[in-house]
Amino acid sequence: MSIRPKIAVLRFPGSNDERDAAWALSALGADAQLVWHAEETLPRDTAAVVLPGGFSYGDYLRCGAIARFAPVLDAVRELAAAGGPVLGICNGFQILCEAGLLPGVLRRNRDLEFVCRDVRLRVERSDTAFTARCEPGQELIIPVKHGEGSWYADEELYAELEASGQLMLRYAEDCNGSVGDVAGVCNEARNVFGLMPHPEHAVDPLLGSGDGALLLAALVDAARERTLAAA
Amino acid sequence: MRVTVLVRPKQGILDPQGDAVRGSLHKLGFAVGGARVGRLVDLEVDAPTSQEATAQVERMCQELLANPLIESFEIEVEGT
Repeated sequence: MSIRPKIAVLRFPGSNDERDAAWALSALGADAQLVWHAEETLPRDTAAVVLPGGFSYGDYLRCGAIARFAPVLDAVRELAAAGGPVLGICNGFQILCEAGLLPGVLRRNRDLEFVCRDVRLRVERSDTAFTARCEPGQELIIPVKHGEGSWYADEELYAELEASGQLMLRYAEDCNGSVGDVAGVCNEARNVFGLMPHPEHAVDPLLGSGDGALLLAALVDAARERTLAAA
Repeated sequence: MRVTVLVRPKQGILDPQGDAVRGSLHKLGFAVGGARVGRLVDLEVDAPTSQEATAQVERMCQELLANPLIESFEIEVEGT
């Protein structure tokens, strides 16, 4: 019997996609646990963490700028430093950038519009815990819904990230003015990944696309492997 | 000590908010060449000298008030 690895889904004041994320992860075989931002530790045997979408702390100052001080973030840093997979979706991506766990910054969309629609994405590499179920170059259809999702890095940083293969996911169409059409980036160790599109909203073809399940199921696989290795 | 921080989008960084403001001003008949939108933070800082207040606020800017990737900041200490 395959085990259900424990994945913590963080909940900040202003998060609004944590239940969808937990539902999707559960449907894909994980034991998803909602964890309040004020907790100082993650549940015992947590194998992976998801930072969900929403508007943590009302997006005050800059998106994600305040959430990075949440007590639970120290535990997330610890898990990430130990190689545990950490996924940030939308606001979660913004938080990971502000916390310095991911490179770059998310800015106001180029056309000042809140973009809310299915977008085509291109997976750049498959050798990570998040894209292991995809092929390099594979196209995915996953919805976005954000006003501040235009990823930015200056030329020097961009070149560095491209050379090290950290630009894992790109828009295959014009979306929000992101530098290099980047939709998702990972850290150097490839165990922390953030993306603006919402895979948790695309896990059932009934809702338009099941492509998000490819990313989340890969995360569940990685969490399961980690749990088995620790046992 | 009262300290004011001005945070601006860095030069050369696209500022869609500023562009929208410029467009709106044009519609009102104001012929402005450019507009950039930043943020102003007023702080009450406990420091013995203005140099020390500036040093403190500089750290605040680097760690929280501005994102150095895209924003520049300017610090003004009242009375200096």
